[in-house]
Amino acid sequence: MADALIPHLPCLLWLVPLLPLLAGAITAFMPNRMGRLASWLALGALLVSCAIAVAALACALAPVHEKAFRLETAYTWFSFGDVALKVGLVLDPLSAAMGAMVSFVAFWIFLYSTGYMKSEARFGRFFCFLSLFSGAMLLVVYSNSLLLLFMAWELVGLASYLLIGYYYEKPSAAAAAQKAFITTRIGDMAFFLGMIWLFGQTGTLLFFDHGRGLLETGVLGSLAGVTTVGGLTVSAAAALLLLVGAMGKSGQVPLHTWLPDAMEGPTPVSALIHAATMVAAGVFLVARTHPIFMNSGITGLPLTATAWIGGITALYAACVALGQNDIKRILAYSTVSQLGFMMVALGTGGVAAAMFHLIAHAFFKALLFLSAGSVIHGCHDEQDIRRMGGLARAMPKTFFAYAIGMMALAGFPFVFSGFWSKEAVLHSAETWPGGHGPFLLAATAALLTAFYMTRQAMLVFFGKPRNPGVTHPHESPPVILVPLFVLAAGAVLLALIGTPVWPWFEEWLKGERAVFNGLALTTPEALKLIGLSLALVTVGVTASWLVYRNPSGDSRAPDPLEHKLGAAWKFLGDGMRFDATYERFIIAPLVALARVVDGIERQLFVPLMALAEGLIKLVGRWTGNADEKGLNDGFNHVCSSLQGSADSASASQSGRPQAYLRAIGLGASVLLILYFWLIA
Amino acid sequence: MNPLPLLLTLSSLLFVLGLFAVLTRRNAILILVGIELMLNAANINFIAFWRYGSAEADLTGPLFVLFSIAIAAAEAAVGLAIILMVFRHTRSTDLNRLDSLHG
Repeated sequence: MADALIPHLPCLLWLVPLLPLLAGAITAFMPNRMGRLASWLALGALLVSCAIAVAALACALAPVHEKAFRLETAYTWFSFGDVALKVGLVLDPLSAAMGAMVSFVAFWIFLYSTGYMKSEARFGRFFCFLSLFSGAMLLVVYSNSLLLLFMAWELVGLASYLLIGYYYEKPSAAAAAQKAFITTRIGDMAFFLGMIWLFGQTGTLLFFDHGRGLLETGVLGSLAGVTTVGGLTVSAAAALLLLVGAMGKSGQVPLHTWLPDAMEGPTPVSALIHAATMVAAGVFLVARTHPIFMNSGITGLPLTATAWIGGITALYAACVALGQNDIKRILAYSTVSQLGFMMVALGTGGVAAAMFHLIAHAFFKALLFLSAGSVIHGCHDEQDIRRMGGLARAMPKTFFAYAIGMMALAGFPFVFSGFWSKEAVLHSAETWPGGHGPFLLAATAALLTAFYMTRQAMLVFFGKPRNPGVTHPHESPPVILVPLFVLAAGAVLLALIGTPVWPWFEEWLKGERAVFNGLALTTPEALKLIGLSLALVTVGVTASWLVYRNPSGDSRAPDPLEHKLGAAWKFLGDGMRFDATYERFIIAPLVALARVVDGIERQLFVPLMALAEGLIKLVGRWTGNADEKGLNDGFNHVCSSLQGSADSASASQSGRPQAYLRAIGLGASVLLILYFWLIA
Repeated sequence: MNPLPLLLTLSSLLFVLGLFAVLTRRNAILILVGIELMLNAANINFIAFWRYGSAEADLTGPLFVLFSIAIAAAEAAVGLAIILMVFRHTRSTDLNRLDSLHG
C-alpha cells in the first residue's frame, strides 16, 4: 500500500498543514452561536490531516528503502533579480515521526476540548485558534525551508499568544499573553539573524535540495570553512543564533519565564501548546539543523552550549517545581525541565534520544495536563494542590490516567516510555567526550523529577480531603476520559520502540535497520545506567513518600519542606526570582527612561509651548485691538450681512475628519471623471 | 496571458475596500486598518508594474515597497499611540464623537 501512495505524497503532504489552517480560516468567520459546527469542522480537518500524517509515516517506515527515506519538494516562491527563494516540504524519518505525533496528540486534545470548554461563551473562537495552531505547527514540522519554518514558527507564536490570552478579560491572562509573545520574540530575533546570515553565505534556505541544501555536505563544508568574529566559523555563529531562537521557544534558561505564566490559558491549551507540541518546536529546530551544529569547526561550541544550557535548565526547573503549589505550574516547570533534558541529548549528539524523549514526553505530558484539567474540572476550578487531597477515591478513572502519566514522567522502570527515553538521554550525556557536567545536572534533575511528581500525586490524590469550601469532587464525563486513556496507552506503548534491546526508533532515524538484541541490556554499561536510573527513581520517590505520606489535614499548614529549607523555599516558590530580576534590571530602567522623556516633555516642551502660545495671544490681542478701533467700525455693516452666509458655510465644517475625507473623495472622483472625459 | 490587469484589479479592489472602511467606519482603529489596506494596494501596484514592466532588473519596485512598508509600520505605531492617547482622554475611539473642532 505504501508503494502506491508514495508518488502522491508530495501533493498529499501539503494537505496536512493546509487542512487545519483552512478550517481555522473558515471558523474565524463563523458567528458565536455556530460554535458546535466550528468544533466539528476543526476536528474533521484534523482527523484527515492525522490520517495523512500517519500514512506518510507508514510510507517512511516501509521496508523497501535501502537507505534513509527522504522525500523533498521545492518550489520557487519568488525570485529577486537572480536570487530565488524556494520553499517546500520534506518527509524524512524526523518529520514523519514528529508530524504523526503532533496530529495524533492534537486530535485527542481537540476531542477533550469539546467536553472541557463546553460552557465557554467563545467556544467556536477557541477551535479557530486551535486549528490555526495545529496547521502552523504541522507546517513547522514538514517544512523543507528555513524560511517556511520561520514563518510557521511565528504563526504558532501568534496562536500561542491568542490562546494564552483567551480569557482576555482577566488582566493576568492578557499580561501573560504579552509576556509570552515578547519573550519569545527575543529568541525569534536571533533566529532571524541566523537565517539571514545563512542565506547571505549560501544563497539557499532549503534544508535538502538534491545536494545543494543547507544540511547537505557541500554547503556544510563551505559554511565551516569561513571564519568570522571571534574566530568562530560561520556555521558555529549561525548555529548559536538558531540555538537562541530555540531557547526562546522551548523555554530554556534565561528565556523560560513566559512558560509558567502561559498556564493562564485554558488547560487543553497548556496540554497541546505549552507542553506537547509548540514548546518542543525549539528542540525540533535544533534536531532539524543538527548537521549545522555538528559541522561547526573544531571548537564544537554550539553543541557544548546546547548541552550546558539544557543541563542547567533541567536542574533549575526541577528545583523550582519543588516549591510550587499550583497544579498546572508544577507541570509547567516540569515541562521546562524535560525540555532541558532534550537539549542535553541534542548537545551531546543524541538526536534520536532527544526525539524519542520529545515524543514520549508529548504523550505523557499531554496526559498529565489533561488529567490535571479533569481534576480542576472536578474540583470546581480549584488549582491549588494544598486545597485538594484524597481525590483518588472520588475520581478513580482520572487518578488511573494521571498515575500512568506521573510514573512515565518520573521514570518508573521498564514499562513506561519515560524510563527508556530518559535513560537514552542519560546514556547520550554520559558518553559525551566533552565532560560530565551536563550528565550530572541531568541525573540530579531526574532525581528531583521523581521527588516533585510524587509530592504532587500525594497531595492531590492521597490523604484526606482538605478543602472545606468545595464539596463533592466528581468524575469527568467520557468525552474527557477517553482522550486520557488513549494518551495513557501511548505513554506506555511508546516504551516498546526505544529500549536498548530493540533500538528501533534510533536506528530508523539514522536510516539503519534495527536488530533485536536481547543481550543489549546485559552489557556492563547498560546495566550501570539502568541501575543508576533505577536508583534515582527509587530514591526520589521514597524520599518524597517519606516527607509527604502524612499530609496535614489543614490546607493552610506549611509544606513539610518549608521547615527544612526556610528562606530557600520562598526563593524556589518565586522561580528563583528571575521575574523580579528582570523587573528590576530591564523593565525598571526602561520605565525610568520613559519617565525621563515624559518629564522632559512636561517640564521643557510644555512650558515652551505655553510661552509661544502666550506670545501669539498677546500679538493677537494687540492687533485685534488695533483692528477693533481703527478699522472695524466701518466694516461692521458689511460684516453683519456677511455673517449670515458665513454661518451656513461654517455648518459644513463639522469637525469630523471623515466628512472632510468624503468631500475630498467626491472631488477627486469628479476630477477623475472630468479628466477621462476630456481626454476621450 | 498578461496578469498585470488582474493584479491592478486586485489592487484597486483593495484600495476601494480600504477607502470604504476609512469613510464609513466610526472606530478609529478600523480606520487605521483601512489606511493600511490602501497602502498595500499601492504596494501591489508598485510590485506589479515592476514585475511586468520593462526594468525588472533594476529592483526599483521592491525597494520602493520596502521603504513604504517600513514607513507604514512607523505610521501604524504613531497612529495607534495617538488613538491610545485619544482614548485615555475621551474614553472613546468613536470618531463621530471627536468633533470639538466643528464650526
